[in-house]
Amino acid sequence: MKKLQYERPVIQRLNVGVMNKFGNKTEYSPVKHIEGNTVKSLIEKFGSPLFVISERIIRETFKDANRAFKTRYPRVQFAWSYKTNYLNAICNVFHQEGSWAEVVSGFEYHKALKNGVPGTKIIFNGPDKSEADLKLAIEKNSLIHIDHLDELYLIKELAVEMKKRPRVAIRINMDTGVYPMWDRFGFNYENGQAWDAINKIMLNDKMDLVGLHSHIGTFMLAPSAYGVAAKKLSDLALEIKKKYKKNIQYIDMGGGFASKNTLKGSYLQGIDSTPSFDQFAEAITTSILNAGFVENELPLLILETGRALIDEAGYLLGTVISNKRLSDGRRATIMDFGVNILFTSFWYDHKISPAQEFSRYTEDAVIYGPLCMNIDVIRENVTLPPMKRDDHVIVHTVGAYNMTQWMQFIALRPAVVMIDTQEKVHLIRSRETLASIEGNEIIPRYLEKFKL
Amino acid sequence: MAARRKKIKIAVTGLNAIDSPGPGIPVIRALRASGDFDVRIIGLSYETLEPGIYMHDLVDKTYQIPFPSSGKASLLTRLKYINSIEKIDLIIPNFDAELFNFITLANTLRKEMGIRVFVPTLDQFEERHKSNLPAFGKKHKIKVPFSKMIFSTAEIPSLRKDFTYPLVVKGKYYDASIAYTPEQVASHFNKISAKWGLPVIIQQFVYGQEVNVTAIGDGKGNTMGAVPMRKQYITDKGKAWSGISINDRKLMDMTKKLIRSTKWKGGMELEIIKTANDEYYLLEINPRFPAWVYLAVGCGQNHPEMLVKMAMGEKVVPFKKYDIGKMFVRYSYDLIVELKEFEKISTLGEL
Amino acid sequence: MRLKKNLALSDSGFVFDPSTGDSFSTNPIGLEIVKMLQTGKDADEIKAQVVKTYLIDEVGFEKDYYDFVNTLTKLKLSDGSPEKKD
Repeated sequence: MKKLQYERPVIQRLNVGVMNKFGNKTEYSPVKHIEGNTVKSLIEKFGSPLFVISERIIRETFKDANRAFKTRYPRVQFAWSYKTNYLNAICNVFHQEGSWAEVVSGFEYHKALKNGVPGTKIIFNGPDKSEADLKLAIEKNSLIHIDHLDELYLIKELAVEMKKRPRVAIRINMDTGVYPMWDRFGFNYENGQAWDAINKIMLNDKMDLVGLHSHIGTFMLAPSAYGVAAKKLSDLALEIKKKYKKNIQYIDMGGGFASKNTLKGSYLQGIDSTPSFDQFAEAITTSILNAGFVENELPLLILETGRALIDEAGYLLGTVISNKRLSDGRRATIMDFGVNILFTSFWYDHKISPAQEFSRYTEDAVIYGPLCMNIDVIRENVTLPPMKRDDHVIVHTVGAYNMTQWMQFIALRPAVVMIDTQEKVHLIRSRETLASIEGNEIIPRYLEKFKL
Repeated sequence: MAARRKKIKIAVTGLNAIDSPGPGIPVIRALRASGDFDVRIIGLSYETLEPGIYMHDLVDKTYQIPFPSSGKASLLTRLKYINSIEKIDLIIPNFDAELFNFITLANTLRKEMGIRVFVPTLDQFEERHKSNLPAFGKKHKIKVPFSKMIFSTAEIPSLRKDFTYPLVVKGKYYDASIAYTPEQVASHFNKISAKWGLPVIIQQFVYGQEVNVTAIGDGKGNTMGAVPMRKQYITDKGKAWSGISINDRKLMDMTKKLIRSTKWKGGMELEIIKTANDEYYLLEINPRFPAWVYLAVGCGQNHPEMLVKMAMGEKVVPFKKYDIGKMFVRYSYDLIVELKEFEKISTLGEL
Repeated sequence: MRLKKNLALSDSGFVFDPSTGDSFSTNPIGLEIVKMLQTGKDADEIKAQVVKTYLIDEVGFEKDYYDFVNTLTKLKLSDGSPEKKD
């Protein structure tokens, strides 16, 4: 007799009020392939866990965003937000698509230069730019976005010292009706700080004020807030023109567009409720077009979109280490990936799919990572079919921030592969080894030996 | 006449005819009372104990569908399966929380499965959200109680600046509780945000008489029917136990003005407070029929039937009159159910 | 362990405990095990049967079996008496 496929026996109480979706039929379907490659073969070749990036999705998402803005506004420029994912292969896909670089530290600035981005096409943001960073950025004629007055004064001094005229923009924070208001970066619009900074730059005349920048928040679900921000920046640009006869060359709306992830605590699925690029584009471009610019003086519109361009292109493949039963009877499944490499599970309910066939029976479970730490929880409550040790899963929409915020804690960080548009797999960051972590360590001579 | 009635297959949600009832069963009763349609009713249920599942004289067959929070894709998959068996003509959704999915799926349902829905547009649905009510009132020139969204309990102490107690704490989709102290606000906030997410809406409590209207708009600005009702007795959950149709010109004018200005499409319920000085404050617009919609049928206006006709593209004339002083008294009734039936819906998801 | 004698089982995987009014849902293999437990089979007999029918070895099944049996106890489906061989 041919043996039947085994599945772990499960039984659960039919709870009124928290019923399974429709009888025992599960709402999940297995995802066994990514871009023509089986999950199994990817893990066999590159190990588990494994980050997988779809180049096709990156390029398609970028084209969608680009189209949404360019069909509505004549002058649009994207700048790839390095902090969202600065693996060089990924940055270069965006640069091939025409994106400039947007960086927030000296480290990222050097990365962009090394990738071959011309200095004039690097936007340098953030509160922490060292004197050396600023010198280099002035030398390379990059766009420096000033965050605070100390920086403004320092650039002024450097300009005199270097006999250069730095191209600068100021970052402006404002009330756009969203909560929480990001007022820690840049200069405030409502209380006059922004004008104070503008006046300081214009009257001193050591720098060239080329742009205005705002970045109103993160994971924004309200396109209208961008409309408000674009209106305020446009008004400011027009007043600068009136007062100083100076054309502001660009308005940088920053980033913050939501991806299709589901935020913890939200009722609807992110994939259903996240605004489209068209909605964001409509709000922003309408505001600028209606602000009153003369047609040939319309500023360049810069977008530093990160998350919404890369999140969906990223997958994390992982493997079940064990199942256990918690003291309250709940099922717990331990995976070989935890919050150390999936940092975003702190704020998203990531979608997780099994990577092999299963029956229609499901169980409610907690998904834990492998770390010896209580906070290592991937999903507090998820309905999944019974899985056994060595089964594989796919975590979806993990392309943003995980590969930059991951921690080398307890374990080594996994490999990252990119699947190109021809479905060919390329290793773009190899799995870390002991040497990659210890390379920078130095043991003092007298501590080299011990006896046990 | 009965032989002339047109056969039609309608799927209806909201079969939870419980102490805080969904509108599904009253809507089905209204459809069954139609002189023009011979309906087969497909119940769509979320839970296994929704009474409508077991009311076989009203519901011909029931299928479980996934909770709205599991997303559009799984709803669509499920509806495709159901439609492959049932060939549904029309779906009447009756829950606020599921409307977003049905509105955004409307085109797909029509194109891929030939199923119609007659629901508000996404813009109409979004702008009447409780959290948007102040802007909505301003735009359509209708008085609304002052309200504010909060995202954390840390914002509660400062509510004193804008509000006087008591105030109402409301969830994004459902639930409203009156709070007399900041501590009560915090307790309601935690309960409501756990269930319905953020933000939580804080609304000024307005003293007065609550009056409600069930109405239906054609999507072009015309009011196709409207019946106002005053609650005579409410349950501890704030639901009408009994109500009576009333004659209130001002209220009817307000309803028509609102439907004209929003071009409302589909069924709706207006919740309004009439103050001692005859001012009308709009508390809420529910984007679907209320659970007491059968009173409208009793008053001579079959709103669900009107919705079916408009959905199917038939020519219709608006209702002009309704009986004043008709009452409804809600009652509960214990159905006897065989375990076999519960087993079926629980394990197969169909009954 | 022994299961309550009067549990009502149906092929759809629906399990009803008439003494408490609770109902449960189980998958096919779970149903098979529950049936075997009801007829008084002990752990070894059940293991042997499952290993014979399914693509699983005894070690692989054993931990799932004990987890399942513990769950049955937790759900108060056992009659409280210990298994013969235990």
